[in-house]
Amino acid sequence: MEFLLEPFAFEFFRNGTLAAVLAGALCGMVGVYIVLRGMSYIGHGLSHAIFGGAVVSFVLQWNFYLGAGLWGFLAALLINQTVRRTKIPADAAIGVITTASFAVGVALISRYRGFTRSFDAALFGNILGVTRQDVWIVAGVGVAAAAAIFFLYKQLLFTTFDPEVAQVYGVRTEWVDTAFALILASVLIVSMQILGVTLIAAALVTPAIIARLLTDSFNRMILLSTAIGGLTGFGGMYLSFYVDVASGATIVLLQASVFVVVLGVMALRNQAGKRLVAFDV
Amino acid sequence: MQPLVELSDVTFGYAGQPVLESIDLHLHEGQFAAVVGPSGAGKTSLLRLLLGTLQPSRGKISLHRNGRALQVSYVPQIESVDWNFPVTVEQVVLMGRVRRSGPWPWPSADERQRMAAVLDELGIGDLAKRHIRELSGGQQQRVFLARALIAEPDLLVLDEPTTGLDLRTAETILHLLAHLNQHGMTILLSSHDLNAVAAHLPWVICLNRRVIAEGPPEQIFTEENLNRTYRGDMLVVRQDGMLLVQQRPHPHTVHDILHDPVLGHLE
Repeated sequence: MEFLLEPFAFEFFRNGTLAAVLAGALCGMVGVYIVLRGMSYIGHGLSHAIFGGAVVSFVLQWNFYLGAGLWGFLAALLINQTVRRTKIPADAAIGVITTASFAVGVALISRYRGFTRSFDAALFGNILGVTRQDVWIVAGVGVAAAAAIFFLYKQLLFTTFDPEVAQVYGVRTEWVDTAFALILASVLIVSMQILGVTLIAAALVTPAIIARLLTDSFNRMILLSTAIGGLTGFGGMYLSFYVDVASGATIVLLQASVFVVVLGVMALRNQAGKRLVAFDV
Repeated sequence: MQPLVELSDVTFGYAGQPVLESIDLHLHEGQFAAVVGPSGAGKTSLLRLLLGTLQPSRGKISLHRNGRALQVSYVPQIESVDWNFPVTVEQVVLMGRVRRSGPWPWPSADERQRMAAVLDELGIGDLAKRHIRELSGGQQQRVFLARALIAEPDLLVLDEPTTGLDLRTAETILHLLAHLNQHGMTILLSSHDLNAVAAHLPWVICLNRRVIAEGPPEQIFTEENLNRTYRGDMLVVRQDGMLLVQQRPHPHTVHDILHDPVLGHLE
C-alpha cells in the first residue's frame, strides 16, 4: 500500500497530478465541440499560435497568461472571421494563421538565442515544475470554462450541430463562436505548461473521440469525455512516476491506448452483432 | 391586409453573377405556397434571403406581423443534416425553443410538455429517445418539422421537404403541411415535384432568376409558363380535374442512340 501511495509524498507530484487531472478534464470537455465541428486541427494550431504569443509576452515582459491568452484569443477570432467571410476552408485558415504566429515565436527565439532553453517547457510540457499557484490558475479557468459551457449549453449545441439554422432560430452564432474561442484559448494556455504545445492536440481530441465511440447522446458524450480526460490525466501522471517517462507523453499515450482498446472492443461487438443477425436469419 | 413577407425589387448575386433579379413577392398570413424552378434557379437563395442568412445586394425585404419582427422557423433539406451527430430526437426538437428557454441546460417542465405534444401531433411520440440516424426518411422529416413547430413561428419555411422521400412518405408530409395550414400556419416551401405541388398547394411561384409566374397551379401551370421556367419542352395534361406536368416525351428511343446495346440475360 505504501508503495502505491509513495509518489503522493512529494508535493511536486501532488501539484502535478491535480493539474493534470484538471487540464485533462478541461481538454476533454471543450474537445467535444471541436471534434463535432470537424476542427480537430485547431487544438494543434492554436497551441502553436499561443507559443508565439508566449515568446512575445516574454520579450515584452508582459504577464504570460494575459499576453499569451490575448494572442491565442485573437488568433482564434481571426480564424473564425476568415472562415466566415472568405471562401477559405477552416483547415487552411488554421494552417496559415497559427503557423505564422508560431513562426513569430521561432523568429524571436532565433534572434535572441539567450533564452532558447526556457521554452522547452512550453513545447513539451513541464508538469513537475507546476506550483500550487499554477494549480489554482488551472482550477480557476476550469470553473470559469465549465460555467460558460453550462450557461451556453443550448446555444453551443445548436451552433455545433448546424450554425446556419441556429442563426435562423435566434442563436447569435457569431457571439457564441467568439465566446467559445475565448474558452478554448484559456483552456489551451493553462494546459500548455502541463502537456506542452506539441502534445495538447491529442489531449483535446482523443477523449472526445473515445466518448463518441461509446455514446450517441450529446449530453453523455460531454460527461464521458470530461471524465476520460481527467482519469487519463491521473493515470498518465501516476504511470509516468514508475516508468520514468515524461508525464505529458505518458498521458497522451495512455489516452491513445484507451482509444485503441475501445475501438477494438467496438469492432468485436459489431462482428458479434453481425454474427447474431446472421444466426437469426 | 398587410402581408407577412414583402420583397420589393430584390436582387442578389454571388461574385457579380446574378442569382436573383428584381424579385417582387408578397406572402399573406395563412398562405400555403411553393417556389418551383429548375436547379440553379435561385430557390434556395430566395429562402435564405427570407431567413436572413443572406443579404440582398439591392431591394428591400420586410418580415413583419402587426408591427413586430416575424418569427420564422426553418426546416432544412434532409440531405444537409449531419446524421452522425450525437443527438437524440428530443435534443433536436428542443433546439427549436432556444430563443425562449431559460438559462439552464435542461428543459423546463413546460418545455417537456410542449415537446411531447408536438411529437404526438406529428405521430412520432414514441421516438423521443432515439438517435436521429435510426429513423426512416419520413420520421426524420417530422423531427425537423417538430423542431420548427415548437418554436411557435408566424411563418414556416421548408427547403425541398419531399426530396429524398419515397412517393407515399412525400404524400403524407404534404398532407401534414396542409393540415397545419388549415389550422392557420403560413407556409412557404421549395420543391422539384411539380405534380405533388399541383395536387397539394393552392399557390405557386415559378422562379428562374426572376418570378416567371405566380398564382394557383391550375391557372399558371401552362406550357408557356413552365417552358419559360424550365427552359425545356414541358407537357401539361388536364384530366378529370387533375393536373399532370411532364417533360415532353423524348422524340427518340434508346435504339436511336445505342445501335447495339449489351443486354442482360434472364436465366
